[in-house]
Amino acid sequence: MKLSKSLLLRVGAAVLIAALIAAGGRKVIDAVWAGVQQGAMIALVALGYTMVYGILKLINFAHSEVFMMSAYFGLKLTEGFGPKDASASPVFAGVIGTLSAMVLAGILGVVVEKIAYAPLRSRTRGKSNTNTRITPLVTALGMSVLLQNLAQVIFGTRRESYPQLLPINNVRLIVFVVAVAMMGALQLLVYGTWFGKAMRAVSVNMEAARLMGIRTSRIIAMTFVTGSMLAAVGAILFCLSQSQVYPTMGTIIGTRSFVAAVIGGIGNIPGAMLGGVLIGVVGELTKLTDYSGLQDVIIFVVLIGVLLVRPTGLLGKAGTEKV
Amino acid sequence: MIGRRRWISALAGALAVAASIGCGQSGGASGSASGSGSGAGPAAADSEWRVGVYLGLSGPDAQFGIQTREGIELAVDEVNAAGGVKGKKIKLLVEDDKGNPTEANNKVLQLIDRDKVIAILGEVASSRSKPGGIVANSKKIPMITPSSTNADVTKVGPFVFRVCFIDDVQGLAGARFVVNTLQKKKVAMIYATDDLYSSGLANEFEKELKVLGGEIVIKKGFLKTETNFTTYVNEIKDAKPDIIYAPVYYDVMAPLAKQAKAAGVSGEMFVGGDGWDGMAAEDLGNMEGAYFTNHYAPDVPWANAQAFRKKYTDRFKHDPTGMSAMGFDAAGVLVDAFKRAKQDTPQGVRDAIAETKGFGGATGTISINAERNAEKDVVIVQIKDKQYKFHSVVGDKK
Repeated sequence: MKLSKSLLLRVGAAVLIAALIAAGGRKVIDAVWAGVQQGAMIALVALGYTMVYGILKLINFAHSEVFMMSAYFGLKLTEGFGPKDASASPVFAGVIGTLSAMVLAGILGVVVEKIAYAPLRSRTRGKSNTNTRITPLVTALGMSVLLQNLAQVIFGTRRESYPQLLPINNVRLIVFVVAVAMMGALQLLVYGTWFGKAMRAVSVNMEAARLMGIRTSRIIAMTFVTGSMLAAVGAILFCLSQSQVYPTMGTIIGTRSFVAAVIGGIGNIPGAMLGGVLIGVVGELTKLTDYSGLQDVIIFVVLIGVLLVRPTGLLGKAGTEKV
Repeated sequence: MIGRRRWISALAGALAVAASIGCGQSGGASGSASGSGSGAGPAAADSEWRVGVYLGLSGPDAQFGIQTREGIELAVDEVNAAGGVKGKKIKLLVEDDKGNPTEANNKVLQLIDRDKVIAILGEVASSRSKPGGIVANSKKIPMITPSSTNADVTKVGPFVFRVCFIDDVQGLAGARFVVNTLQKKKVAMIYATDDLYSSGLANEFEKELKVLGGEIVIKKGFLKTETNFTTYVNEIKDAKPDIIYAPVYYDVMAPLAKQAKAAGVSGEMFVGGDGWDGMAAEDLGNMEGAYFTNHYAPDVPWANAQAFRKKYTDRFKHDPTGMSAMGFDAAGVLVDAFKRAKQDTPQGVRDAIAETKGFGGATGTISINAERNAEKDVVIVQIKDKQYKFHSVVGDKK
């Protein structure tokens, strides 16, 4: 029964999009395609929010700053590995730079976890008052501000252009393919490996998982690593296709991703993907209308609309398995 | 109880420290014992001209703030090296508003109430000059904005001036250039709806374009935080315009031009405003052949401008932008007013600024009119070989 309901929603969305395409022709198809591509990128970042929430019930506001930092890592490393003469292909440097940026982002994610969240968790363990939720939340906001200002100090406030690694005409296609591949890999990780199984167990009940011999602190750290790596890929794709690199870049995409995670049902992995794509498509379709300046308004109206009908988000269900 | 007592003693200690610092500061600043009486500003017997500067030195358009500060410092250091004005040195108090209008408001208040400045120089972006100007005006401290072109900025009151032209003039010059010089009539427009500068300029351009018989074939507004312009560019391409008018800041223009190029819309399709100034060379590569209206170009053939360029490159080792030149001129006009001021008070300085006539600045001859705006010519700049090149001057005094 529950399954058919979510299926119904998806079919409904598909029908809606089909109707729009039929009404608007090529313009709308273009916009939907741009929206799906944009949404896939947003989804990569949204996954980081949703995975951490699934396990810790914590909204990791520092995630958008990990995203920004990874863009800087990618930029600096790609420039560092880059060929000295312009004739050589920069793709090799790009791949190495991206992979190293992912590693660094993973490390940064764990550092944030170990510095800001783990100590609070260990001190409030076993106490069931509201502070176990509120205190880490405020710490997360603090980490976000700290990282943003740190980036300003280290890298300066100048907007830097990301090196043109890919042929400019194919960027959108490549962005989409990479984003989908990353989400596929995550799905495999969560449902096909021992680590994924442990992660799901921790999200259902941390204490019980610990009693079963799962090293929860390691699983939590690995969750931060995974989420941060996805954010790093998202950041680099974002820069390759459309953005420059600057210390406040995280807030723009961070807000969108957070909304995407909530629309999809925070804590639910496919939900974050669906939410991301939905936000992307709605955003791009708005640009076709005369109300293109009201894009954020419309996105938040969608959020409120979804939450009114389904308070747990599109795919989120109270009491079911969450990761 | 102990906790509370400790709190109180800590608070008392902090207050004592703050008070002693405060005393030290005011003592140092006012010099003579006559003290801090007048309230609105420093007493006439002050030993220096305290000038407040608020700019976005970090944040999205930090380049503008940094370039403007360099121009201001160049002008002020020159005056101080020559012994100051009326035997008093000029002291700059620079604050960073982080590109945030609320912060701009706070910084201006701080400069006036805490630092007791006699005049304020500030903000590039109109959306920050306006709140800053409202504060300065209500506190009766004169403020000169170097490069805010939105018409509303100086309308807040008699204490707010500018040394640049306004968007009416810039939009008019842009439209005249497009129709008369480029001979293009079908125009697409893309601008940031939530930005005072961008939407204001778009508005003025459209008005004049219609007068000249041109036509807006498509008009797209976006949020200034937007990064993905694919859909906008596709739509503009479908409308088949002769030219695209994009009155946006450089931080938006760089990704926009890049994505336009990816979609097959080349750089020479674009015409913009003074917000394009100060882009990095690698971004200019996507905009070869584009034109924009500006206050200044590094190679503009005016004697004052070339003298400024030489001084500037000698000191900062890079070419000045329009923003640095405007900063230089704003400080220059203020110093000129200090010299002519009948009384060395904010009111006296204000009256002197209002009487500025024929000041020879790096960006042309500046006269302040009754609306407290500068009457100047508009320079058309072309992007060529990844550099800003002077193209022509569009006169506005017709």
